[in-house]
Amino acid sequence: MNGVYEVRMHGRAGQGAKSGSQLLAEAAFREGKYIQSFPEYGSERRGAPTVSYTKITDTILKSHEPIVNPDVVMVLDFGIMRSIDVAAGLRESGILIVNTKVCSPEIKKLANFNGPLYGVDATGISMELLGMDTPNVPMLGALLKLTSIVSMESLEIVIREHFLPKIGEEKVQKNIEMLRRGYQEVFE
Amino acid sequence: MGVMKAITGAEAAAEAMRQINPDVVVAYPITPQTPIVEQFAKFVANGVVDTEMVPVESEHSAMSATVGAEAAGARAMSATSSQGLALMWEIVAATPGLRLPVVMSLVNRTLSAPLNIHCDHSDVMGVTTLGWIQIFSENAQEVYENLPLAVRVAEDPRIQLPAMVNQDGFITSHAVEPVEIFEDDAIRRYVGVRSMERALLDLNHVETIGAMVLPDYLLEVKRAQEEAMSHVFEVYTEAGRELTAITGHAYPFFETYKTEDAEAVIVVLNSAAGTAKVAVDAMRAKGKKVGVLKPILFRPFPYAAVREALRKVPVVGVLDRSMDFGAYAPVYSEIRNVLYDVDQRPATQSYIYGLGGRDIMSTELESVFDELLGGTVDPEHQRYVGLRE
Repeated sequence: MNGVYEVRMHGRAGQGAKSGSQLLAEAAFREGKYIQSFPEYGSERRGAPTVSYTKITDTILKSHEPIVNPDVVMVLDFGIMRSIDVAAGLRESGILIVNTKVCSPEIKKLANFNGPLYGVDATGISMELLGMDTPNVPMLGALLKLTSIVSMESLEIVIREHFLPKIGEEKVQKNIEMLRRGYQEVFE
Repeated sequence: MGVMKAITGAEAAAEAMRQINPDVVVAYPITPQTPIVEQFAKFVANGVVDTEMVPVESEHSAMSATVGAEAAGARAMSATSSQGLALMWEIVAATPGLRLPVVMSLVNRTLSAPLNIHCDHSDVMGVTTLGWIQIFSENAQEVYENLPLAVRVAEDPRIQLPAMVNQDGFITSHAVEPVEIFEDDAIRRYVGVRSMERALLDLNHVETIGAMVLPDYLLEVKRAQEEAMSHVFEVYTEAGRELTAITGHAYPFFETYKTEDAEAVIVVLNSAAGTAKVAVDAMRAKGKKVGVLKPILFRPFPYAAVREALRKVPVVGVLDRSMDFGAYAPVYSEIRNVLYDVDQRPATQSYIYGLGGRDIMSTELESVFDELLGGTVDPEHQRYVGLRE
């Protein structure tokens, strides 16, 4: 790996951008990478725009600055693109993954981004399997399909570690299914 | 070798406290310190520590109860931030004079007003004159190691003074990073058990703690406190050497990064020092000789050693994450003092950065280096990194 691989997640407080960013970092950490994962905190209130960062690299990370030129931007909430410039600084070679039912030219226009755009119906998957809108895990599934930045196995282990004490085996299984569905159902 | 864990700076502090296994922890939640006591409360609830955790209704009570427990002979710890430190100020000020080796995590957050929950150093810089040992931490790893080190230094019979271990709010406290956690047994052996010497509960040696002292003796008490503070350097070095045997890491009073041949050096505390190292690497790749000096032990301040490190540097930029209105900024003041005794004094420049959690980017630090190398410094007037006029 050359340099630092940087993923930025935009969402709304309560959608799991922070834990999504942390799950990704911990999966990479399991694979022997150096990582950093941190959210940008505003005033903490449900529904407010949030952003979370994940850095993955082979050498120790000294910098504590936020991500300016991400390799990947993930948008957990479609509507947020109307108020936030989600693709700001996104590298030419970078990719944009949006929680949406359809990928249309309008999204590129809304995001002000000409590079590769991918969609996944993360809310739909989450509503179907969990009955609530937690798009972070299906979005991570889509990321795995598109980048192979970490393995499915590592992410499944980390999801189990994180969620088992909190929500029990049944919902862990559902989360892993959400991860796989996101992986399978990401589209251009 | 320890075990690598991906945890936040706050969790790193809680891990250190778990291994220290203090007798008493008293704290009141405040952002961004809360995850430390939240995590530690889980350790207490799960029975993995023997600590008596005391719920209180304010930080003033938190520090009062911590001091009471410490006076009784317990190893007592606390943690706070910003307004919490402000509210406990009265007791914080009393602790060094009582010669009680309380160790407290301070998760640095700006002091209101305006209300803001984010990082700067205005909380700690308001208490550096009170007589606590002040230790700063660049990242979660340093937070984890500085806490047991602080316990050993504070409790040493030559010292008997409280210590604060600082970390940057959110930037360090809420960021997940790899942290090497060493064996519980090794750290527990390292910190040992607090001596009951001077403890109120040592009924065979009854004594008074906190007696009133009138003008005839107060000066002597304070002189003795200063004497204890002056021993911190030797004790810190000894305790650091013992900790090195466990961790393999060094515990200097300050860290220098590529300063040997540097033509400009930035002095900066805590997490921004890491970002400054990245700026140094970028500058050096362009053939510009620059370096960073990161103070770690801020009280007592190692004037002589810092002087030696900066003696030959042509220009020094000092970055402060807090202000002292109408006066030189706190870290800048120390560096000006350091350099007074140098025959050919380096030029200096004071910068204010990162207030209220404003991001500091490595590119901004590169610009600071360029300005320092360009020689357009104005030592009498501080400059502001990233200020919108």
